[in-house]
Amino acid sequence: MTRKELFDGVQDIFRDIFDEDDMVIEDKTSSDDIEDWDSLNHINLVSAIEKEFEIRFALGELMALKDVGAMIDLMIEKLK
Amino acid sequence: MQHLEHPLDVNKILRKKKSIKKYLLLQDDLIEKNIAILGGSTTSELKNILEIFLLKNGIKPKFYESEYNKYYEDALFGSDELDKFNPDIIYIHTTNQNIIKYPESKDTSEDVAMLLSNEMQRYKSIWNSLSKFDCAIIQNNFDYAKDRSLGSLDCYDIHGKTYFINKLNDEFSLNARKIKNLYINDINYLSSYIGLRYWFDPSLWYQAKYAISMESIPELAFNIGKIISSIFGKSKKCLVLDLDNTCWGGVIGDDGLDRIHIGTETAISESYTAFQKYVKELKNRGVTLAVCSKNDFENAKEGFSHPESILKFDDFTSFKANWNPKNHNILDIAKSINIGVDSLVFIDDNPVERDIVLSQVPSVSVPDVGSDVVEFIAHIDRNGYFEPISIADDDINRSQYYEDNKKRAKKQATFKSYDEFLVSLDMTAEIKSFSSVYLDRITQLTNKTNQFNLTTKRYTTGEIDTITLSDEYIKVYGKLTDKYGSNGLIAVSIGRIENRACHIDLWLMSCRVLKRDMEFAMLDELVSKCKDQDVSEIIGYYYKSSKNSMVSDLYEKFGFNLLERNDEDSVWKLDITNYEIKNKFIGVKND
Repeated sequence: MTRKELFDGVQDIFRDIFDEDDMVIEDKTSSDDIEDWDSLNHINLVSAIEKEFEIRFALGELMALKDVGAMIDLMIEKLK
Repeated sequence: MQHLEHPLDVNKILRKKKSIKKYLLLQDDLIEKNIAILGGSTTSELKNILEIFLLKNGIKPKFYESEYNKYYEDALFGSDELDKFNPDIIYIHTTNQNIIKYPESKDTSEDVAMLLSNEMQRYKSIWNSLSKFDCAIIQNNFDYAKDRSLGSLDCYDIHGKTYFINKLNDEFSLNARKIKNLYINDINYLSSYIGLRYWFDPSLWYQAKYAISMESIPELAFNIGKIISSIFGKSKKCLVLDLDNTCWGGVIGDDGLDRIHIGTETAISESYTAFQKYVKELKNRGVTLAVCSKNDFENAKEGFSHPESILKFDDFTSFKANWNPKNHNILDIAKSINIGVDSLVFIDDNPVERDIVLSQVPSVSVPDVGSDVVEFIAHIDRNGYFEPISIADDDINRSQYYEDNKKRAKKQATFKSYDEFLVSLDMTAEIKSFSSVYLDRITQLTNKTNQFNLTTKRYTTGEIDTITLSDEYIKVYGKLTDKYGSNGLIAVSIGRIENRACHIDLWLMSCRVLKRDMEFAMLDELVSKCKDQDVSEIIGYYYKSSKNSMVSDLYEKFGFNLLERNDEDSVWKLDITNYEIKNKFIGVKND
C-alpha cells in the first residue's frame, strides 16, 4: 500500500468520525486544527484505524503522535 | 438500518455513528426520555452509541452523564443538575473494575463474607438513594476479571475473584427480584457471549479508562436499548411464522406429512425441532404465535399433526395459510388479533417473501434470517424483540386474551344484533381512581398506546405518582372482565380541574377492548367524579397524530360540542348538568 493510499484511507476515517464528507486533512493537521478532535475522539480515530488496517498501536506510541503525518509514518512502519 | 440488528456491524456503527444518528432523527413520533448515565468508567462513546439504538427504537434520549467515575457520589450525595434533570431511566455502568477489594489469600471465610457485604452495601445504598426519583434503574452486574491467578480453582475457592464475582451477581439478582424498578443489565452473559478476551482491552483501559473494549460498546448499547424499550412497553407481541423450510424441513404440499423433516431422526429434523422448541418457549411465556404461509390450508394444518411436531395447530392464535400475498395476510393477522402491525415479527426462510412484507408493511420487524434454520433462533433472541422486563401475569395471560378474543369473535357471528352480543358477554368493569399498585401499568399504557389516544401525552412514573396524590386531578383507570376472562387494566383518563371545568389531558384505551362500550363506562364515571367535585363542564382535546385518527370523532360521539378547530386538532365541550348515563352493557364497580 502506498503512502497515498494509506493517507486516503485515514482521511475517510476522519470524514466518518467527524461526519464531514468533504473534510480534507494534511500531514500537518493536528488536534489543534479540528475542533472536535478531543482525547475521546482521538481514541475513536485510533480504534477505527486499527480495525481498518489491521494494526495495533502500543500504549506509548499513541501519546507521541503529534499530527496526521506522524500517524501515517508510524502506520507505514507497522505495515512493513 | 440492518446493521443495527443482529448480527451487529460493529465497525460501521462506530465509524458512522454521526450520520446514522442524523438519519434516525428524521423519524416521526419519537418519544422523548431523560436517561441518566452514572459511570464507574468512561461512558462517552457508550452514550453516543446508546443514543443510536434508542432512536432506532423510537426513543429520543436526553442524557445526563456523571463526571468520570462519580457514579457513587452522584447517587448518594445527589447533584442539583441530576435533580433538575428528572430522569426517566438511570443506568449505572459499573464493571469488575469498580470492585474495591477482592479477597486475599490469608482471608478467612468470615473476612470474605465481610468483603462481600461491604461491596453489596455500596450498591444497596446507591439503589436506595436513587429510589427518590421513582424511575427505572438499570444496573450492570459484573463481568469476570480477565486474569485469575488461581486458574480454574478461582471459581470455587473462596479467595478466587471469579468466585467473588459470582457471589456478587447472585446478590444483585436477589435484590433485583425484590426492589421495584431495579433491572439488571446482564454484562456477565454479554461478556461471555462476546468472549472475555474481546470484551476487555487493557490498553484502552489505561489510555482512556474505558472498562470495556471499543468493539464491545455497540453490543452493550444494544443490550441496554433492549431493556429500555421493554420498560417503555415497546416489546413485540406476536411471532409470525412461515411453514415450509421454516417450521419444518421440506414442502408439506409436495412431500406430504411423512416426508417433512421434523423430529430427532436426522440432523436436519433436529434443527427444525430445536427451532420449534424455542418458539414454544416463547409462547409459554406470553408471546402470541401466528402462521403466514403460502399453502393449502388443510395441508398446512396437517403439518402440525406430525407426531414429532412440538408446535400444535392450537398454539397459533391466527393461522393464515392461503395463496394471498403475504403482506396482505400479515395485515389480516394483526387485525384478527387486534394488535398493531408494529408488534409483529415475521420469520420466513424465503428472501423474496421477507422483502415483500418489509417493503409493503415496513413497521413489521423482518429480520434477515437467511435460509438456514440453525440461525433463526439467534435472530429472534439477539434482537430482543420479545424481551420482557418481568414475567408479569399480564404477559403470560396475554396470549390467553387473544385466544379468548377469538372465541368472542366466533360468538359474535351467531348473534342477531351487536347489542345482543354485548349483553351476552356479561361484562363487568372496575373503574376507580389511580392507586399505587397500578402505577407501572398506567405509565406503560400512556407510553405505548397510540391509536385510541386523544392527546398522545406521555407520562413518567413520577408524574403519574404525583397525579395520583393530587386533588387537582380526576384520574380513573378501567379494568374490564367478561365471561371469557379478564382483559386487565385497559383504559386511563386524566382530567385537570380548573375553575369548575375539567380539562381532559389524557384519554386512552387499549385496542384490545375496542367496540365494547368501555369508553362510555369510563365517561360515565368521569362525569360522576366531576359532579362530586362541583365541576360543571368537561373540555376535551383531540390532538392529531399519525396513528390516532380512529378517535378524531370520539368527543362528537360522546355528545360534546365543538369549541374550536385548528387544522386537524380540535377542542370540545360538554355541559354535564343534565348528563345521561351512556353505558348500558357493563356492570361497574367504582370507588
